[in-house]
Amino acid sequence: MIDKRIAAQFFVALVLTLAGASTAWSGEPKSVILSTTTSTQDTGLLDVLVPLFERQSGYTVKVISVGTGQALALAAKGDADVALVHAPRLEKQYVADGKLLNRRLVMYNDFVIIGPKADPARIKASKAAVSAMQLIAQAKSRFVSRGDNSGTHTLEKSLWKEVRIDPKGDWYIEAGLGMAATLGIANERNAYTITDRGTYLALQKRLMLPILIEGDRALLNIYSVMEVNPANGPRINRAGGKALADFMVSPQAQSLIKTFGVEKFGEPLFVPVAGKREEELGV
Amino acid sequence: MELIWQGIVKALELVFGGDREVWAITWLSLKISGSATLISLLLGIPLGIVLALTRFPGRAVGAALVNTGMGLPPVVVGLFISIGLWRSGPLGFLELIYTPVAMVVAQVVIALPIVAGLTMASFQSLDPNLALQLLGIGASKLQVLWLLCKEARLSLLAAVMAGFGGVISEVGASMMVGGNIRGQTRVLTTATVLETGKGNFDVAIALGLILLALCFALNLFLTHIQQRGQMRWPRLS
Repeated sequence: MIDKRIAAQFFVALVLTLAGASTAWSGEPKSVILSTTTSTQDTGLLDVLVPLFERQSGYTVKVISVGTGQALALAAKGDADVALVHAPRLEKQYVADGKLLNRRLVMYNDFVIIGPKADPARIKASKAAVSAMQLIAQAKSRFVSRGDNSGTHTLEKSLWKEVRIDPKGDWYIEAGLGMAATLGIANERNAYTITDRGTYLALQKRLMLPILIEGDRALLNIYSVMEVNPANGPRINRAGGKALADFMVSPQAQSLIKTFGVEKFGEPLFVPVAGKREEELGV
Repeated sequence: MELIWQGIVKALELVFGGDREVWAITWLSLKISGSATLISLLLGIPLGIVLALTRFPGRAVGAALVNTGMGLPPVVVGLFISIGLWRSGPLGFLELIYTPVAMVVAQVVIALPIVAGLTMASFQSLDPNLALQLLGIGASKLQVLWLLCKEARLSLLAAVMAGFGGVISEVGASMMVGGNIRGQTRVLTTATVLETGKGNFDVAIALGLILLALCFALNLFLTHIQQRGQMRWPRLS
């Protein structure tokens, strides 16, 4: 009977799927949820740091890589145990509200403003980030914004605020995507954008937009680690969060950060600064 | 064009070079979407049959809900399941968020209406007299049901393919409830998004091709079962 054979084949297929399903997950070891920004993942830095931490501590790390705004919001709701982000002003607010604890600097690099080689808004000569933004807005040159409340977007908004411009219009493109994807859009549309240097270097071979503004103090990009206040929710892994935060500022992690990227990009992507205060960086 | 070629080469390299991470990601995709499809079949086929063959108050609303659910946007499913499963959410105590189980749950919500809807449609297209005749020659109700299932098997297998195809190719919900965590919840679709974001287009294309090949192989198998024993149409020309 053909029908019986069909039924049998179908049954075997089902059983195989079920057998696969039952081995898909078994009891889970203690895990730590790290909410972080896209740049730490897109550059590949966490692929170096996280496995080392897992081996040393026995914790499993769940890296949730989203914009800094969302990363902080998740931590404040108690949906993460530790946060590694880069928006000092926002971070201080969360610390002041008691949602996040023990803010410690981990590393920095800087933001750069990139744009078309022809530089239609003539920002290159201005040297300063704020005046560059002013020139872009005046010329109505295409500018791609992250538009996602990330650390990069927060910095961009603070620059617009300083020159009292409310960016609107056809020239202002709000991507709503991570840094790497936003760089892709800027590249395709031949537009200006602000990016952290790490992600820019990591994607450089795909980009045709040169760096036009760099080295301005206003463009310093500082990453900090914070533990989540256990009062934010019922199931926070306080010990695990603290262990991962401690690891980020440990000499071992800091020395890995110092050399990360040299091999691939010819220069390091981040500068380790554990133990320093912001004032020492000249902010 | 050169990029696509690079992607094909990379795909072959990853698959046959024995890249363990790619194999693990592929296997996880299969496990998650396979379990989700299986659960959807176990729940969806009876649901579809009930909606097709019985009459009760509210049946029309139920059928309309199922038909609407066939086009449920995965990101919306992902959002609501995330809110429920977050540690701060009502089901947070289950600690399921960012696990493969959460992804299965989301995918069941996506596939269940597809399976139920197609089952309902296929049973409704059967001739009602068939059931009467079978009862008339002394078949029990269960036997009738089984024979009707056999009669509808072509459409039922189509439901399996549509359900599985819907969830294995889905990215929005998997990303939100799974978190795309390396080695834990990274599947073919979310890995493709990540690699595209990182600018590793060759790897992204390779992952995409693996996904396509996988879907094709499975559908080839199911289609083979479906088409066997199919009656030949007389020449119509």
